[in-house]
Amino acid sequence: MNYLSKEKGLLSWLLTGDHKRIAILYLISITFFFFIGGALAGLIRLELLTPQPDLMAADTYNKVFSMHGIIMVFLFLVPSVPATIGNFCLPMMVGAKDLALPKINLLSWYLYVAAGVLMLYTMIAGGVDTGWTFTTPLSTHYLNSHVISAGMAAFIAGFSSIFTGLNFIVTTHKMRAPGMTWFRLPLFVWSHYAASILMILGTPVLAISLVLIMLERVAGIGVFDPAKGGDPLLFQHLFWFYSHPAVYIMILPGMGVISEVVSTFARKRVFGYTAVAFSSVAIAVFAFFVWEHHMFIMGVSNYSTLVFSLLTMLVAVPSAIKIFNWTFTLYQGSITFETPMLYAFGFMGLFTIGGLTGVFLGTTGADIHLTETYFIVAHFHFVMVGGMLMAFLSGIHFWWPKMTGRMYPEKISQLAALITFLGFNLTFFPQFILGMMGMPRRYAAYPPEFQTLNVFSTAGATVLGVGYLLPILYLTWSLKYGEIAGGNPWQATGLEWQTQSPPLTENFPEIPIMDHEAYDYEWLERQREKEVPSVG
Amino acid sequence: MSDSQVIVHGAEKAGHHEHPSYQRHHFETTAQQFDATNFAMWIFLLTEIMFFGGLFMAYLIFRNWYYPAFVEGSHQLSMFWGTMNTTVLIVSSFTMAMGVWCAEKKLKNGLVWSLILTFLLGLGFLGIKSIEWTEKVEKHHVPGFHYSIQAFTNPASDPEVYKEYHDNPLPPDMAAHTQVYFFLYFAMTGMHALHMVIGVGILAVMIFLARAGAYTNGHFTFVENFGLYWHFVDIIWIFLYPLLYLISRHT
Amino acid sequence: MSEPHAHDNAAAHGEDEHHIVSWRVYLAIVLILLAATGTTAAVSYVDLGIFNAVVALAIGVTKATLVVLFFMHVKYSTKLTKLTVASGIFTFLVLIGMTLADYITRAWGNW
Ligand SMILES: [Cu+2]
Repeated sequence: MNYLSKEKGLLSWLLTGDHKRIAILYLISITFFFFIGGALAGLIRLELLTPQPDLMAADTYNKVFSMHGIIMVFLFLVPSVPATIGNFCLPMMVGAKDLALPKINLLSWYLYVAAGVLMLYTMIAGGVDTGWTFTTPLSTHYLNSHVISAGMAAFIAGFSSIFTGLNFIVTTHKMRAPGMTWFRLPLFVWSHYAASILMILGTPVLAISLVLIMLERVAGIGVFDPAKGGDPLLFQHLFWFYSHPAVYIMILPGMGVISEVVSTFARKRVFGYTAVAFSSVAIAVFAFFVWEHHMFIMGVSNYSTLVFSLLTMLVAVPSAIKIFNWTFTLYQGSITFETPMLYAFGFMGLFTIGGLTGVFLGTTGADIHLTETYFIVAHFHFVMVGGMLMAFLSGIHFWWPKMTGRMYPEKISQLAALITFLGFNLTFFPQFILGMMGMPRRYAAYPPEFQTLNVFSTAGATVLGVGYLLPILYLTWSLKYGEIAGGNPWQATGLEWQTQSPPLTENFPEIPIMDHEAYDYEWLERQREKEVPSVG
Repeated sequence: MSDSQVIVHGAEKAGHHEHPSYQRHHFETTAQQFDATNFAMWIFLLTEIMFFGGLFMAYLIFRNWYYPAFVEGSHQLSMFWGTMNTTVLIVSSFTMAMGVWCAEKKLKNGLVWSLILTFLLGLGFLGIKSIEWTEKVEKHHVPGFHYSIQAFTNPASDPEVYKEYHDNPLPPDMAAHTQVYFFLYFAMTGMHALHMVIGVGILAVMIFLARAGAYTNGHFTFVENFGLYWHFVDIIWIFLYPLLYLISRHT
Repeated sequence: MSEPHAHDNAAAHGEDEHHIVSWRVYLAIVLILLAATGTTAAVSYVDLGIFNAVVALAIGVTKATLVVLFFMHVKYSTKLTKLTVASGIFTFLVLIGMTLADYITRAWGNW
């Protein structure tokens, strides 16, 4: 008996309050939108194979990259790790039976679905070509595409993420098992806690700016339209007040995954646990002080540019602390190279490059040259795809045995991880060079001298596509034919591994008592020596 | 840490002694349940602060940019109705607080009457708001819908306001910016009114349930949390009132 | 069972041992709030220049503080609730302050 087999029927899923089932619902819907967004990315790369806009007209291209961005950001990256792996694991990690507010959790999924449906409607009705940033007055005045429905979809998706964040914060504060002090929490919980702070404080600002855009379109008034006395920079301020922290909403949960995976496969406590825990919180706090680095070339004041540039350098520090501490965790560890660990290595390398190029962009002088070129595109894809997507895949492989009770096939998944890594570098590294050479982003056409590197990039995207399709195939295969996993296949220390796989509906037969520190592998050894069978 | 123990073992040693029926399955005690839901409500209100925060910021910036337009736009609002509504809302906050108090004290009739009063005051607020909005519609001061700048290019054409403020005529481009004032006026009071409508709707259901004896059986979490929401909406108005009505009465 | 959570339990107070604020407090607060409303409305009729806005907002902040402390029971709440309220106000001020950092210095021109 487990959470999957307890109740049968579609309705038992659609009305469930179980965080694990909601996580599965989220996983399915997120994967769906990931592949839609991915297909659009494929179209973009295909168009850029040649210098001329021959596959599609320029305005179609605008719609394709806009829809790619909006879908990937709001319907995949923001909810990816928190709503699936976080939803599944966080309550178990703190030793609770469920999230604090199961109905709100379900509501969050329904809001996500509503947002998804609206987004599909937008796409079928003809798409939107504002870019994912909804830039005014382009979005409010000059375009006749489906800005309102796309904005509404992002608005609703925002509330779905607010409710997820709200649930995580309340659960972390109020639902911890006896003995589970803050500094015994897995770092996964810390990073989700930090990301949740950003979700609840940042997202509403995005919501109100989207509302203002919609009102402005309906009423024809200019709060953001300079021709009517509005201020487009005000929109930029409001938008990036959310959308810079949103980068951390996306990456922080991924960092949590990496902490768990690196510790487990190096069989060592994460080096500098406290520093890593506080660096998550520091990222959450600093994240609200740097948004203007997205606006350096938009006519903001030189003086504030200086301040925001300095603050942007500061926010790199906690991220660097994490990278250094993971590296030190590896030092003298007994490292094994299972798939989650391979993805984690990918994350550490690629995120470091993505992060460091972010420091270049935060430097005002370099930013003026590099912004709005492919350097930016490469930078945030290194962070979002090289970082976040790697972390997501790492986490999915890591917790797959817990979610489904079955192992994924190790060899082919290691191959997939390798393909993903190579494909990723081939796709996005040339874009750094293209950006340095001055190829602007968001155009269907480009001068012929950029073609070679663009061909590399498109070729890499094909490899990357294979890398993403493989897991779908073998993970589905493993649902039926995978090896039975057992409660703790990785010999990991988190509470979620001390119960059966797949877990019971209320996670544990009895509420656990936490009597050891996080990542205490000696404790785990002692458990095994005593040969107390793990529960389930 | 100390030596090992099977990690998963009975924290619930005390056994499953009588849990009240309203305790949800995943909570260990009613205290934990109350704490968690109460905290969740506060987190939600944080979200609301930031939601209105964006509007307040837009107001702050545009008032500084288009000061004359905001002053004369503000003169179109009625001090009487604005002050009246502030009073109504503050009293409704009091009746709501009394409702929470009655629920805590398990006074069923007191709770029902407090909720009814709060409900009526909420409706009263919305009624007054609609009187004000109707006047704006009649004077063509709804941005985007047959907006007229006449009252600002030629203040004397609006004798009622003119005799109180004696505004100078605005040049047409500045007069056009009064649209920004009214846009923000409608956005802010509209968002606020939307929260009121939701609140009044929930109150209607609560009155029904309270009469059936809900909330006065020791489980008053919902009343307490709804109270927080209601007071928060009151606080938003406490700031809207000076910003929209009071601070621009002299130039 | 024993305390369900590790840190917050010292201050935990659920429905069982809930602090009930006396109705007299509520009555006193509402009277103060109504008086403050009357004051701020009356003051708005006097031309104080820039201080009209200062006084009106100061009274507004005072009223809001009273509502938060007493009607919303924050005065009697846990540190966590107080911290939550504070963090909301803090982030709101960051939004306003950091944005104004741009708007105000824009008029200073270039270096
Ligand atoms: Cu940023």
